[in-house]
Amino acid sequence: MKGFGIIKGLGVTLKHIYDTYAEDIKAGRKRYYTKEGVRQRMTPDTKGIFTVNYPEERVPTAENFRFVPFLVYDEVDGEKDIRCTACGICSKVCPTQCIWITRAEDPETGKPQKTPAEFYIDTDLCMNCGYCAEYCPFDAIKMDHDYELATYNRKENNVHNIDRLLKPASYYAEIRPLHYAIEQQAKAEEEAKRAARRG
Amino acid sequence: MNEETKVLESNEAAVLERFHEWVTADEREGYQGLLVSPANLIALMTALRDDLGYDQLTSLTGVDYLEEELMEVVYHLYKSTGGPILEIKTQMPRSNPEVPSLVSTFPGAAFQEREAWDLLGIKFDGHPNLKRILMWEGFAGHPLRKDWQEAYYGDQKKPYDDRWPEGKAKKIEAGMKYHENINYPKDFNPETWIPEPHELLFKGSQHLKVDEGMETEQLVVNLGPQHPSTHGVFRMVAKLEGETVIDLEPVMGYLHRNHEKIGEKNTFSMNMPYTDRLDYFCSMSNNFGYAVTVEKLLGEKYQPPERAEYIRVIMAELTRVLNHFMAIGFFLNDLGAYFTPALYTIKERELILDIFEAVAGSRMMCNYFRFGGVVRDLPEGMEEHIREMVYERLPRQIDELDRYLVKNEIVVGRSKGVGVLTPEQAIGLSAAGPVLRASGVPYDIRRADPYSIYDRFDFDVAVRYHGDVYDRFLIRYDEIRQSIRILQQAIDGIPQGEVLANRPEYRFRMPKGEAYGRVEGPKGELGYYVVSDGTDNPYRYHVRAPSFINLTGLRQMCLGEKVADLVAILGSIDIVLGEVDR
Repeated sequence: MKGFGIIKGLGVTLKHIYDTYAEDIKAGRKRYYTKEGVRQRMTPDTKGIFTVNYPEERVPTAENFRFVPFLVYDEVDGEKDIRCTACGICSKVCPTQCIWITRAEDPETGKPQKTPAEFYIDTDLCMNCGYCAEYCPFDAIKMDHDYELATYNRKENNVHNIDRLLKPASYYAEIRPLHYAIEQQAKAEEEAKRAARRG
Repeated sequence: MNEETKVLESNEAAVLERFHEWVTADEREGYQGLLVSPANLIALMTALRDDLGYDQLTSLTGVDYLEEELMEVVYHLYKSTGGPILEIKTQMPRSNPEVPSLVSTFPGAAFQEREAWDLLGIKFDGHPNLKRILMWEGFAGHPLRKDWQEAYYGDQKKPYDDRWPEGKAKKIEAGMKYHENINYPKDFNPETWIPEPHELLFKGSQHLKVDEGMETEQLVVNLGPQHPSTHGVFRMVAKLEGETVIDLEPVMGYLHRNHEKIGEKNTFSMNMPYTDRLDYFCSMSNNFGYAVTVEKLLGEKYQPPERAEYIRVIMAELTRVLNHFMAIGFFLNDLGAYFTPALYTIKERELILDIFEAVAGSRMMCNYFRFGGVVRDLPEGMEEHIREMVYERLPRQIDELDRYLVKNEIVVGRSKGVGVLTPEQAIGLSAAGPVLRASGVPYDIRRADPYSIYDRFDFDVAVRYHGDVYDRFLIRYDEIRQSIRILQQAIDGIPQGEVLANRPEYRFRMPKGEAYGRVEGPKGELGYYVVSDGTDNPYRYHVRAPSFINLTGLRQMCLGEKVADLVAILGSIDIVLGEVDR
């Protein structure tokens, strides 16, 4: 029969409309504006309204999510102990060449030191590939989860300097608990090995 | 290089034996393929096509060997009945690079020869319309020539020296005023320049003769570049007789950024995230193709471990599913079913993108593959999640989409018998992927020339026989179903173990040589041609972009159709401008 295909298709649309209300009634209030509700919308058996009302609701970021790097520092006796040794691997491996590093020099002898004096990342250039974090041998540069970087002045605010880039290891542990745990364990093992060799 | 690479592959040996008067084996270190002189090129190609069955000219590109003073054109052919690729090369002096055009033998060479002329300045004698295709008329020089220098940046190779150890951030545009770096060709003044008249666009093409039965006037209509139906910035110049299209010329390059020049400045590993940006729907497939190609150069040591191969296949097939869902959705947009079907399909894509985000860290720009495996293992619980998707959700949703659209009378009425491409035309025009298979040529690289571990899976090559828009729409359903079959087998068979056994250091020297690797991308054959001169950076990096080459057939599909169907025909090819324009 001519027109039957269209009617069948409209049936599918109708079912989607029905699902929207049926799901709302079934799930009740917790469907919207709750973490649980957002998560439910990401499962393979989701039905009904699928969109997320950003910014009131937010899709939870996966641990692997990567957005613009930051530098990790450890807190030792209230001082910032920057993990970066200014070895330059991240700036060499960066596909867009958006990392600039000035290695610190000893003010008296002029010898290079294992710490950065200046560190810049141009976030206009950064393509969030994650190579810097991947290749860093000191776990000093990591990819962030903060994706809300809009500013009014691109030229002034989008080049992140070292003050802006530095974030504590506790922040890193918070956004990437699994990665942090694995790294800490590897470090502890390394430490134990070294101690055994010395002892 | 070891002895083994010098052994000719059997298909090359057969060609060499038969045409030993014309061809010689390429003896350079790490190179494969056969060399032929430009004078014998057409005779050889015709014989290969007619006598040996190499009927598909899949990729055509050039390489500029500055030191050797040579310009080389590299052809890749295959048999549409299956089997490995055959590489034919021809060399000419760099001072006067002239080679006979293959358009009369393989019409599919038309755009690729224009591209080689545009980017490398190789003249193809006998090409009906040899002019720039990606660059505009006011561009000076041929950018992929090794002596062409980019005016904007300092260094010619990455990494740049000023980044470390005395790096001070600066905005590059602050150091150079706009206008200072622009070169125009001699006698070109942008102020007085008038774009060429439309008539010139159709130079060399034969009009279709139509008899409308009434007196009509020929009319040239521009569709695009700023038009939502063109899926980006793509322009179709159609010549109409009444409402009938009698000639059509695609104009592209509006999104051109010279991906290949960037790729030659980059190191090998830097290119991986750039490939994401080719076909930005299918970054996993793009990664796959590049990884497969470079692993050929790197040799045995960097073959991915078993688990990585499975993860690669899962990701590539999920990409195919999401791409075809989107293709179906946006095709319906083109037919005028504004966004309801598209949003239903975007929903499935979104769920797959969630998987990519959890696995790779980014929804679209995945950058997940590495030479020798994939960057990290699947997170905990991901296998279960994918299993639920491929066993429950996706089969259910593709069936629903089937009920929703396939028998819809408007869809059928708009697309059946429209934009027909016969199998002969499809093969001749170098079509690939769904466009080729919808025309009745069951050619799928996963089956015809298996890469990775595709030889282990049980699946059918989707094929439809009418070659019209409706079949190109249906074949995407078939391919989704076959992909789901592969996914189910892959997720059941995935072993435990490492995902990245040997990874090259952050800087490494690539062995000398060349490699052409190809994968069956969602849009067709995605090929990479990479030449290494033994340094960190590729000497030549070429992408055989499937949606670009599928557009070669657009004119043929549109001839004789009504102007309203152009949008549907373009939608059925499924192009992404990030890949067309590169």
